[in-house]
Amino acid sequence: MRDVAVIGIGQTPVGEHWTSGLRQLAADAIHDALNDAGLKQIDALYVGNAFGAAFSNQTHLGALVADYAGLGGPEAYTIEAADASGAAALRTGYLAVASGAVETALVVGVEKSTDTVGEARTLARNTSLDADYEAAHGATQTALAAMLMRRYLHEYGLELSAFEGFSINAHANGARSRYAMFRNTLKPGGFARAPMISDPVNLFDSAPDADGAAAVILTTFERAVDLVPQPVRITGSAVATDALALQDRANLLYLGAANRSAHKAYAQAGITPDAVNLFELHDEYTVIAALSLEAAGFAARGEGWKLAQEGALALNGRLPISTFGGLKARGNPAGATGVYQAVEACLQLREQAGDNQVPGAKIALIQNLGGLGGTAITHVLQI
Amino acid sequence: METTRKPVEFQREQFTFSGTGEVYSFTTLQQAPEGFEEQAPYVLALVKLDEGPMVTAQLTDLDGPVAIGDRVEMVTRKLTTEGRRGVIVYGYKFRKILPRA
Repeated sequence: MRDVAVIGIGQTPVGEHWTSGLRQLAADAIHDALNDAGLKQIDALYVGNAFGAAFSNQTHLGALVADYAGLGGPEAYTIEAADASGAAALRTGYLAVASGAVETALVVGVEKSTDTVGEARTLARNTSLDADYEAAHGATQTALAAMLMRRYLHEYGLELSAFEGFSINAHANGARSRYAMFRNTLKPGGFARAPMISDPVNLFDSAPDADGAAAVILTTFERAVDLVPQPVRITGSAVATDALALQDRANLLYLGAANRSAHKAYAQAGITPDAVNLFELHDEYTVIAALSLEAAGFAARGEGWKLAQEGALALNGRLPISTFGGLKARGNPAGATGVYQAVEACLQLREQAGDNQVPGAKIALIQNLGGLGGTAITHVLQI
Repeated sequence: METTRKPVEFQREQFTFSGTGEVYSFTTLQQAPEGFEEQAPYVLALVKLDEGPMVTAQLTDLDGPVAIGDRVEMVTRKLTTEGRRGVIVYGYKFRKILPRA
């Protein structure tokens, strides 16, 4: 296997892009990334997209995006793994370059959530649940997360306010980023009074569906050092899966796939969790942020919430997370989220994060989940 | 093709559950998907069956608060209707087992 590096990054602001469709968003991010790398040609395009069929009545994004972005007919297709589609596309690009099959791979994650609204969007998003055993009974991803959260509160004897710190931190960081959907800060104490979506998950707890596209360009580390001043190496890349339906997990309060993919990525990179300078995790719900910290080895079981109490997760803390707002404040453009995480990690490692900079960041961990951890994809990025 | 390898075991056994269990966790949905919007708000639960496995199902016939650990039993109910003139979909829901008077 060859060493792989990121040589170009691009992203659109995350939000409600009423005037841009899937193809335009993807092309904007791609052109940003090509300009960043100083390239005009790539050999393959991997598109991460979760809900194109359900939100936008559009599949076959490989050909659509490659053509619209003017890429000259490369190998191109979509990779889908629910909300982990972006990281799955990154993993595919990584494998293509590492194997020697492809010299330069372009990975774009794109989602157009606002092509549907209201109950129709909730139904569309439900295509990533277990259709027979969850969705058919009126479940939603938020309802399932809510049941996880209620059980977590019950087992560990906690109040809802224990999770407030995650959202306050995400919004504090999102407020500093021009790419974030939500740039407002949250006041302590407001969390527990926010309107309920599916109790105990409220409006200040769950990440918003959003539109957006992000892109990265990958090549071998050997070529990268001649092409750009600051190539970012991908030193770990791993995927693991768990039961799709929450009801079929051996232990509901433990993200087994997240644990296995993180530790596989650490082993490949030759690091331990304490070497990580920042962690872009999948904070779609605060309870998932807590469980992700536990799964990746940063907290004992039942104690992930404590990190949000101590200031440890802030930009100048021991383990900064959601450094550009995370899913909660940057927004969650489903199939694009995993590529946003990679772009944000590169900005941090290249010391181009501006007001969101984590001082001296050398090793970044990024983890993207499909569903509530049915798929978990972890990458280690280093400079 | 002849092979000496043992085939991978993949046998699912038919099993009938008693239909009783307890509430492992629950939530009240305010934002329902299409097909369920007329029922909102409704209570969804993870029910741990007495035999061990967990199922996701709505709680029905509720006339008071729900708590983790509540004993419940399975009943057959309408889940949704596929459009105004569409097929009615029936399935399982759970209701609380009331203490005997």
